[in-house]
Amino acid sequence: MAAAGTCGTGTRSTGSMVAAASTNNVTSFQRRGPRASGADSGCSRLVSIAGTRPSVRNGQLLVSTGLPALDQLLGGGLAVGTVLLIEEDKYNIYSPLLFKYFLAEGIVSGHALLVASAKEDPADILQKLPAPLIDDSYKKECDEDVCSHKMEPDIKMKIAWRYQLLPKMEAGPVSSSRFGHYYDISKRIPQELIETSKWHGFFLPEKISSAFNVESCSLTPGYMKLLQFIQNIIYKEGFDGSNPQKKQKNILRIGIQNLGSPLWGDDICCTENCDTSHSLTKFLYILRGLLRTSLSACIITMPTHLIQNKAVIARVTNLSDTVVGLESFIGSEKETNPLYKDYHGLIHIRQIPRLNNLIYDISDVKDLAFKLKKKLFTIERKFAVKKTPYLRRLQTLKNIYGENCQLGDMICCPKIKVCLSNKEFIQSFNV
Amino acid sequence: MFPELNNFNTTRAEQGKLTLLCDAKTDGSFLVHHFLSFYLKANCKVCFVALVQSFSHYNMVGQKLGVSLTTARERGQLVVLEGLKSAVDIFFRPREEPHPLQFLREANAGDLQPLYAFVRDTLEPVDCGEAAWRCPVLLVDDLSVLLSLGVGPVAVLDFVHYCRATVCREWKGNVVALVHDSGDAEDKESDVLLNGLSHQSHLILRVEGLATGFCKDVHGQLRILWRRPLQPTTPRDRSLTYQYKIQDKSVSFFAKGMSPAVL
Repeated sequence: MAAAGTCGTGTRSTGSMVAAASTNNVTSFQRRGPRASGADSGCSRLVSIAGTRPSVRNGQLLVSTGLPALDQLLGGGLAVGTVLLIEEDKYNIYSPLLFKYFLAEGIVSGHALLVASAKEDPADILQKLPAPLIDDSYKKECDEDVCSHKMEPDIKMKIAWRYQLLPKMEAGPVSSSRFGHYYDISKRIPQELIETSKWHGFFLPEKISSAFNVESCSLTPGYMKLLQFIQNIIYKEGFDGSNPQKKQKNILRIGIQNLGSPLWGDDICCTENCDTSHSLTKFLYILRGLLRTSLSACIITMPTHLIQNKAVIARVTNLSDTVVGLESFIGSEKETNPLYKDYHGLIHIRQIPRLNNLIYDISDVKDLAFKLKKKLFTIERKFAVKKTPYLRRLQTLKNIYGENCQLGDMICCPKIKVCLSNKEFIQSFNV
Repeated sequence: MFPELNNFNTTRAEQGKLTLLCDAKTDGSFLVHHFLSFYLKANCKVCFVALVQSFSHYNMVGQKLGVSLTTARERGQLVVLEGLKSAVDIFFRPREEPHPLQFLREANAGDLQPLYAFVRDTLEPVDCGEAAWRCPVLLVDDLSVLLSLGVGPVAVLDFVHYCRATVCREWKGNVVALVHDSGDAEDKESDVLLNGLSHQSHLILRVEGLATGFCKDVHGQLRILWRRPLQPTTPRDRSLTYQYKIQDKSVSFFAKGMSPAVL
């Protein structure tokens, strides 16, 4: 069979398959290989791990962030081996929700967890995770929140495909869905689920002992200890392929809360020119090195609005893979703006990585807003509205010339051929 | 390599050149893949300092562009220094022998002398009788990461200077490096590095995102600036601007405003 043939040649596939026991090329980026023929050991021992799926584009292994709407925006999910950086909103109200969704998804999918925090005991964080919703209760939640623009399920999608982003349009969780679950924020996760899960906690005040040895490199002691802890867990539990006896592969989900805040011993949020200015960036680099060589995914929330030095924010963004920023309306003038009255804040997808590819999955929709309902956190396209001719023209313009342009702007290009029948639109350009 | 980019005469087989790749508000890593595949196909010996992504990432993109990095590495044509993997090794399993990236171990990152020594040892032309490669090439992705890891901009400039002196001048090879332009983020160290390198380089490829924001059909704009032209008759500092769209296996370039989506 062709499948066995390609497995046999090996040169192309060894680099891309997970080599189970080799120490030098265990990467978490796996090509969606041919069906496991089982004959050749170099072939895909890609036993599918619960709670993951290969990406449609390049076969990369993805895990769910816990919010199916966010998964869609990130191109299907979070790639294993990468870092998801959440830039916290100003009063840190909504970013802990994303953090908790990520961890809850890990528990429900059976992944191992590593929770690190300088503020809260990881055991307490786990107690407060949201409860997973089973199918019929999700449908009830949907019905309760009927909004004015809920569509009838039997009308086919005649309107633009991008409206598919409205999470209300998605069917509820399929009964045996193994990727992406829905959660009820108003309820706590059942105790039995926490007890059956495998988790490791890192609470900074406990780990920093009074006698700290002078570290030879420029990381702050808190980061140093955290890195050593993470590396220890990865090595002991065999997430980097170092333990070949382990038949059942699993993913390690790492969650680090409020990284960069003064509680971690880093004064990058306090002064503009601080002594430990490279501590955070070095930490991120080494963390990413650890993740790339193991089956793990990491979520970090960082109070970037507190960082005084904008250059550091740019560097941190460059050193992370996926960056999502939350901007809540509390306390800003947008809170009273009638345009935004349905939403609690904006969500910005600042960066999506290009992994094993020149291109990446990026959704066209850039203006996204979130809303925290009683039980759900939803992400919607801002001003999801009826399709007036004005907005359709505007959207076409934005598709061609970029997000910030408006109708009536002078656009300097030699020819415009626009396939719209509306004469008024074409006349608004000087051609 | 992208055939259209080659047609702009950026990569004639000139030797002894420093090419600077610079990106602002967008991701310019496609240029790194271009140059890597170009030089491998041109049968040059390449030393690739890959600080940003893992080897398998470059390998998979390289396969789409028609080169196999694993084969090149086995043949000895390509030597890759993987930054991420080495950082983990240095940090958690400290050994006493020097490593090119050993500044990670130290509190004040000193200079990049070990890294330069690694480059020099790798690209040194050996006089064995077998198939000699064409000119040696050093490719760095990217230098801005070194700033984030605590190395000062002057130390990075010194490193580039040493590499230029050895690789470009002595061995008639080429050096290609990627630097991020921080734009309005006011990163003084990055500006020092970028200005210093722009002054020294022969060819600058600057990739910028569109001023109007994200666009589906035009991913950005590429400015090619030739400095120090090698023939005295050509005018100094010629520059060209193109817009581009990145596709799955190649990048298409077109003049400003002539995107196929618009025409």
